[in-house]
Amino acid sequence: MTSSTASIHALPQADSAAVEVRSISKNYNEVEALRSIDLDFPRGKLTTLLGPSGCGKTTLLKIIAGLIEPTSGEVRVNGKPVTGPGPERAFVFQDFALMPWATVMRNVAFGLELKGMGKAERQSIARHYIAEVGLTGFEDKYPHELSGGMRQRVGLARAFAVNAEVLLLDEPFSAVDEQNRRKFQEDLLRLVEKERKTFIFVTHSIEEAVYVSDRIVLLSRRPSRVSQIIEPKVDRTASPDAIRRDQGYLDTVEEIWQGLKHYVD
Amino acid sequence: MTLYGYRVPMMASLLVWCVIWELVGQSGLMFLVPPLSAVLVAGFAMVQTGTWQSAAIITLHSFAVGMAFAIVVGITLGVLMGRFKAVDELFSIWVNIFVSAPLSALVPVLMILFGMGETTVIVTVFLFAVWIIVLDTRAGIQHVPKSLIEMGRSYGASTFALYGKIVLLAALPEILAGIRLGLVRGVKGVVIGQLLVAIIGYGELFELYSRSFDMENFWALTIILFAAAMLMSAAIEYIEKKVDYYAGVR
Repeated sequence: MTSSTASIHALPQADSAAVEVRSISKNYNEVEALRSIDLDFPRGKLTTLLGPSGCGKTTLLKIIAGLIEPTSGEVRVNGKPVTGPGPERAFVFQDFALMPWATVMRNVAFGLELKGMGKAERQSIARHYIAEVGLTGFEDKYPHELSGGMRQRVGLARAFAVNAEVLLLDEPFSAVDEQNRRKFQEDLLRLVEKERKTFIFVTHSIEEAVYVSDRIVLLSRRPSRVSQIIEPKVDRTASPDAIRRDQGYLDTVEEIWQGLKHYVD
Repeated sequence: MTLYGYRVPMMASLLVWCVIWELVGQSGLMFLVPPLSAVLVAGFAMVQTGTWQSAAIITLHSFAVGMAFAIVVGITLGVLMGRFKAVDELFSIWVNIFVSAPLSALVPVLMILFGMGETTVIVTVFLFAVWIIVLDTRAGIQHVPKSLIEMGRSYGASTFALYGKIVLLAALPEILAGIRLGLVRGVKGVVIGQLLVAIIGYGELFELYSRSFDMENFWALTIILFAAAMLMSAAIEYIEKKVDYYAGVR
């Protein structure tokens, strides 16, 4: 743990990659899910993994998280090889992964609780991030009392609370209804701007990818490889509604769709 | 339930059956069924006797010790079987045999092993209760969402914290259901054990009253036993409902 914090300070260059993926392959018995993936995830940017369903985006994300072992290859975070989950990475789950028996407060503070932080301290940090995701007043509610969108806000607050440098988001909005998703995407952009962390985001929605990403990595169908890397030219200082009508935004969506179309039968 | 526009209170059916019992008893058709009122009178007298009180204490003690072992062993084995395939394959055949086997047949063998005393009764309670707890715990552990375990791992939970703070709590509804069913089976176990050993506790009283055709006391004993079993089961069910409330979304 001490060595990892040391290496964080040893690598302050803003332009270096926070996460490096080096020739990662993953086979499930006969099935080849990922074939020799090489990728750099720049520090402080939001990079999206996008591809046809079942292409192994989530597998790659979980390998980066240290939750799945790759068959071969290596992931380095701040230059340090990944051997398992670590405190410099935090994960946001597709199905929220909230503890149904715990309140919003305890769920958000859970990462800190596992680190052994005292109750008062972790609750004050949790309270800050509960406010950041717009859930003030819901601290004592249980997950089943919240809507899908609110539950995922809890999941996001939990990831922010541990103050990891790299946030891994596995299709965080896929179980959230359409209207809430739009609002949530806007809030996420604001938090990306504010928190200055490295985000790796998995989605199967082209619009969502273009709307939130600095960089989009297109993965091909199984066995998955990097087929294209796109940097959307979207003016993010504009209002959310203006972005969705921006020509750069629309062109990028179209470009990605043309690239992915042949994977869809 | 409503009848002719009136709300029928809960337990009304029980009252109906009590009245039928009383009528059958008063008619004197069957000497095995004395009137309920006579049974209740005998029951009140019985619970004040030293014989009944010491029998009840012995019975409760055997039951509590047997159940405590059954819960600890049952949950431990259930967790291991739910998490590790090898353990599951090794034990599942035995658990499945014993959960449905007529265990009463084993009690004479237990008597040879553990003697004609309380130990045999405790072992009987344990054997009656433990298997359903194992099976329900195993099912609960297997249904713990994978993402909750991944969540624990990715936020740095130690193995101890992973089980104590996540896995066991997530499986709690099933574990409690197992304990409730185990309790009911344990009551059977304690009575059957004591009946077959026949010289201690409630079993001794049952034997005594049924041999001398003292049906008032016999039925009073039975009613107390049933009421105790139902109360315990209801208490666990109450906890289960509270837990289900928290576990509503999974």
